[in-house]
Amino acid sequence: MTAQAKFRTAFNPATARKDFQILSRSVYGKPLVYLDNAASAQKPRQVLDAMDDFAMSEYANVHRGVHYLSATATERYEAARDTVRKFLNAESAGEIVFTKGGTEAINLVAYSYLMPRIEPGDEIVLTVMEHHSNIVPWHFLRERQGAVLRWVDLRDDGSLDLDSLNAAIGPKTKLVAVTHISNVLGTVNPIKEIVARAHAKGVPVLADGCQGAVHETVDVRDLDVDFYAVTAHKLYGPTGIGVLYAKKAHLKAMRPFNGGGEMINEVTRDHVTYADPPARFEAGTPPIIESVGFAAALDYVNSFDRAAVKAHEHDLLTYAREGVRQFNWLSVIGDAPGKAAILSFEAEGMHAHDLATILDREGVAVRAGHHCAQPLMERFGVASTTRASFALYNTRAEVDVMIEALAKARKILG
Amino acid sequence: MDQSLRELYQEVILDHSRHPRHFGKLEHATNTAQGYNPLCGDRVTVYLIVGKDQRIADVKFEGKGCAISQASASLMTEMIVGRTVAEAEKLMGGFLELVKGENVVDLDDDDRERLDVMAGVSAFPMRVKCATLAWHTMKSALEGGGTAKTE
Repeated sequence: MTAQAKFRTAFNPATARKDFQILSRSVYGKPLVYLDNAASAQKPRQVLDAMDDFAMSEYANVHRGVHYLSATATERYEAARDTVRKFLNAESAGEIVFTKGGTEAINLVAYSYLMPRIEPGDEIVLTVMEHHSNIVPWHFLRERQGAVLRWVDLRDDGSLDLDSLNAAIGPKTKLVAVTHISNVLGTVNPIKEIVARAHAKGVPVLADGCQGAVHETVDVRDLDVDFYAVTAHKLYGPTGIGVLYAKKAHLKAMRPFNGGGEMINEVTRDHVTYADPPARFEAGTPPIIESVGFAAALDYVNSFDRAAVKAHEHDLLTYAREGVRQFNWLSVIGDAPGKAAILSFEAEGMHAHDLATILDREGVAVRAGHHCAQPLMERFGVASTTRASFALYNTRAEVDVMIEALAKARKILG
Repeated sequence: MDQSLRELYQEVILDHSRHPRHFGKLEHATNTAQGYNPLCGDRVTVYLIVGKDQRIADVKFEGKGCAISQASASLMTEMIVGRTVAEAEKLMGGFLELVKGENVVDLDDDDRERLDVMAGVSAFPMRVKCATLAWHTMKSALEGGGTAKTE
């Protein structure tokens, strides 16, 4: 057995695929080919079972009752927090704030960390490849407090030019907000280098890890990043839950965002004191069952050799990239070296929505549109793109189906 | 090929989308509006010249979009020229019924026949907004302009 073959056996996508019942269904009489994973990944049996079992045997509200189930549920909820901590290699579970998703995690930084620190004219540096969830919260600060957004452009292959980013960080910069992996281009940004350059100028960095945590092994301490936002549903977990990782010193200095139960020390008629982080930022009943599902999803991901999963996804990307090369009417957007398994393209004379509609009837689920990244669409001079994004359970045979469907679309629309 | 796809992308539709009629900007328009579909980012502008007799003397549209939205806009411009504002709005009502797969009561037989090429859209609920964008924009222009959105 060659070293290469041995490496491959460490992860068997055909076996993993069996954990996802939905992948065996058909749509319009055709086997489902699910290639919309960057929007949301499917859930394995292990995640669904974990939530079911918990809800059927151990569920109650957390941090409230003195009764037995409240104690068990609290234990499970806090255990989930620790599973996330390990997954991100954070120093303490207190640096992990549960949110309802990646979007809320970024909004939490905008409202609780940056808002009180922004004076008119202060700058926020971001790249044109950001998702709207890492743009609009900063627009709020622009609209309401006179913050200035400084945009860093990309190279034509979709990669970030570190020198341009470095040049954009000035004396008035209060935050660098950058995605770890572009949800459209698949570009993997060098967060560690970005953080080093920003920190050299005393500026903190927020990384949007909604795609990054899926495709890369994240070590927040190694990256030295200040804030890292993650959502569970793209990581084979449930919807409605995500986390904000933030360095302890930042969390301690942050005011609360939502007010309500569980986030206080004491409430009187004319006074309130707040709980310590992370509870300070988790007002109201949190997504308890989902936290158990999130932890199960991370356990699931960790049950594989992650390097082998990455190699498999990369193989699918390369195979698809080669497959579409035969179509001279199709141009791929985003060819940065080392990119993640996300393939966006534009087809000459064919609108992304028409293309996606025809692919859909062949059973192939892809995303068409602006992908909540309109500044990026503008950068590449397109209104929309079609995007295929790959997960651990996809196969080369599915890529073949997509390629055939693309040829068919060309026949119909071309 | 899938029968519903065949109906959606029939030759008349593709012809309209490749060679849209009344495409471009209309100088001296009396009524103008922009349409925007936030779902896909597609935009359309509709220009109208409405006479004192409340008749649509001329119409043009410009913009970029999918085959469905372009064909629908093209077909619309062909059909509303010469009609009164009230007639155009009634036609739109019938068109909406047709593409939403509802019972069509607002179209006479000739109009029904011409618009029938768009009926295939009703099998694709996610695409209805593509088909209706230009029509909503036309209505918005007749009502005094502004931006029409599909949602």
